[in-house]
Amino acid sequence: MTRLRTLALSAALAGTTALAGAFAGASAARAAEVKIALVAKSLGNGFFEAADKGAEEAAKQIGDVKIVYTGPTTTTAEGQIEVVNSLISQKVDAIAISANDKDALVPVLKRAMARGIKVVSWDSAVSSEGRMAHLNPSSNALIGNMLDKLAADALPDGKGKIAILSATATSTNQNTWIAEMKKGLPKYPGLDLVATVYGDDLSDKSYRETQGLLQTHPDVKVIVAPTSVGIVAAAQAVKDAGKVGQVFVTGLGLPSEMAGAVHSGATKSFAIWNPIDLGYSATYLAYDLVKGEKAAPGAELSLGRMGKVKLDDGDEGAMADPFVYDSSNVDKFAKVF
Amino acid sequence: MTLQAAPGSAVPAPRILPDRLVSPLRRFATSWEALLLAVAAAVFVANALASPYFLDVWNLSDATFNFTEKSIVALAMAFVIMAGEIDLSVGGIVALCSTAMGEAAAAGLGTPGLVAVGLGVGAACGLFNGLLVARLGLPSIMATIGTMSLYRGLSYLALGDGVLKGYPADFAWFGQGYAWGPLSVEFACFLALSAVAGVALHRTVFGRAVRAIGSNAFAALFSGLRVGRIRVVLFVLTGLASGLAAVMLTGRLGSTRPSIALGWELDVVTIVVLGGVSIQGGSGTMPGVVIAAFVMGLVTYGLGLLNVPGIVMSIVVGAMLIGTIALPILVGRALRRRRTA
Repeated sequence: MTRLRTLALSAALAGTTALAGAFAGASAARAAEVKIALVAKSLGNGFFEAADKGAEEAAKQIGDVKIVYTGPTTTTAEGQIEVVNSLISQKVDAIAISANDKDALVPVLKRAMARGIKVVSWDSAVSSEGRMAHLNPSSNALIGNMLDKLAADALPDGKGKIAILSATATSTNQNTWIAEMKKGLPKYPGLDLVATVYGDDLSDKSYRETQGLLQTHPDVKVIVAPTSVGIVAAAQAVKDAGKVGQVFVTGLGLPSEMAGAVHSGATKSFAIWNPIDLGYSATYLAYDLVKGEKAAPGAELSLGRMGKVKLDDGDEGAMADPFVYDSSNVDKFAKVF
Repeated sequence: MTLQAAPGSAVPAPRILPDRLVSPLRRFATSWEALLLAVAAAVFVANALASPYFLDVWNLSDATFNFTEKSIVALAMAFVIMAGEIDLSVGGIVALCSTAMGEAAAAGLGTPGLVAVGLGVGAACGLFNGLLVARLGLPSIMATIGTMSLYRGLSYLALGDGVLKGYPADFAWFGQGYAWGPLSVEFACFLALSAVAGVALHRTVFGRAVRAIGSNAFAALFSGLRVGRIRVVLFVLTGLASGLAAVMLTGRLGSTRPSIALGWELDVVTIVVLGGVSIQGGSGTMPGVVIAAFVMGLVTYGLGLLNVPGIVMSIVVGAMLIGTIALPILVGRALRRRRTA
């Protein structure tokens, strides 16, 4: 047995060496360029891939910027901390991060700032002591209100029971939007929110949670999913349950993933800001800070083609309003992201 | 008639029985640990060649934070797996310990009290696991899959989507402090504990008993070993180790959410199995587990420095694990076929 294990390990050894060698060639970095790391909540999520496209666009436009697009496999704070540790080691000039946990990332991001790295958060915020500025894709109140409006629009006369399918119970931005949505509900007296379930931003779990929702609340007419993973799974679950036309799915989603749901009738309309613009703007904001601009309340920083962002008292700025997609425009945007 | 040597033959020379069949040096050279060490060295050299940032003492120190806490749990898990059991609830225990410490901190408890709460809750969770396995006779994989959800569920029940972050400033020392120069408190603790675990496994009656139980629990029982009690102790030890990991991780994050340490159980089991511990129990060494922890840490950190996406990283780790377990079986099969042919 010992001899066999020896053989096995030798093979593993050869494999790792070859692997490392293969990557060695790719890591040669050019000097004097600004390295900006764009950190996603998790890789393999269409939203963040689209943001990366925008970041690359900004890099090309600015000229001397290199984008390092990275993130953990699963949406955990610990995974992101590992990623940030390795970015600190690589001495990147700036980190633009969409946080899985606004508190747990603070110590490691503080360390990054102590080593001279500019830190901004975008999409999902980090607590103010762990970053220099935060870029919101839109304002939370506008998103919450948009979710209410989408739900009301999906119902014939704006009346009926609705339910929410969210990401994880600890997701910073989903929780904020749901809170804003509840705040805006009195403006839509026909809407009756009966349940909130969590699909953890996993397709299979979101699908199962939707199935459960359809069974426990058969009178729910609209499912609002403020997450790009959940909305697709929910639309699929509604379609598979044969409830197209009785139950409508809406919320925040990506046109490329939602085009099918819009055509099948499971979804009438949904909204999202443009993640390409968001990645572009976050990169620009990080670049502004690297070039010596100060992030302070009231400061106006350039976002390139997106205009300027004005920071509020918490060093936060909003990029733009969410945009509504329906059968008239979804195919056009599906080709983009 | 008496038995006599055949006429003409000389009196046979006394047979020499060597103490060992192979020299200790040769035995070490062909051992699993030596090759793991070679893998670790190769990964180290490859990383140093591949990334200009790798050979920096502070960077290496930063890198240790990513795997130290899991490795501490792996030290205790190695004993459990060697005894033929498994504990899949370690991530849940970390979450519950962290939640308990967060609540205690909110109630105004100081740092020594918080550490006591973390370790105490960890030991209690471990004791519960141990009693389920040893007294009720549940298979450990089922019992701890149950408690995995139970412990994390309690944590979710207490916190929901909330967060606890009122930790005293000096509590961060456990997760962010340095014992000496770039040697972090966490890492120093891990090194000390691996020495203790090594001695306990290889030089004490307890260590021998653990492996005896893993080889054949019935035989161990009939040899007079108190199998049930030892099993309970083992689960309490993983509980304690998870409690310690919770103290460090919470100190490092400065906050607690119920999703803390999600999925740790698989990483911990990976380290133990990669370290050469038989998943069926009975065999394995502590140096193997410690080196495997380094290999895992170095591989993930090195790939991270090269910005290899996490998805590719998990493919590499998965392939490494399957390869090290499956290859000996495949090669063995091939050799046997050649011999019989």
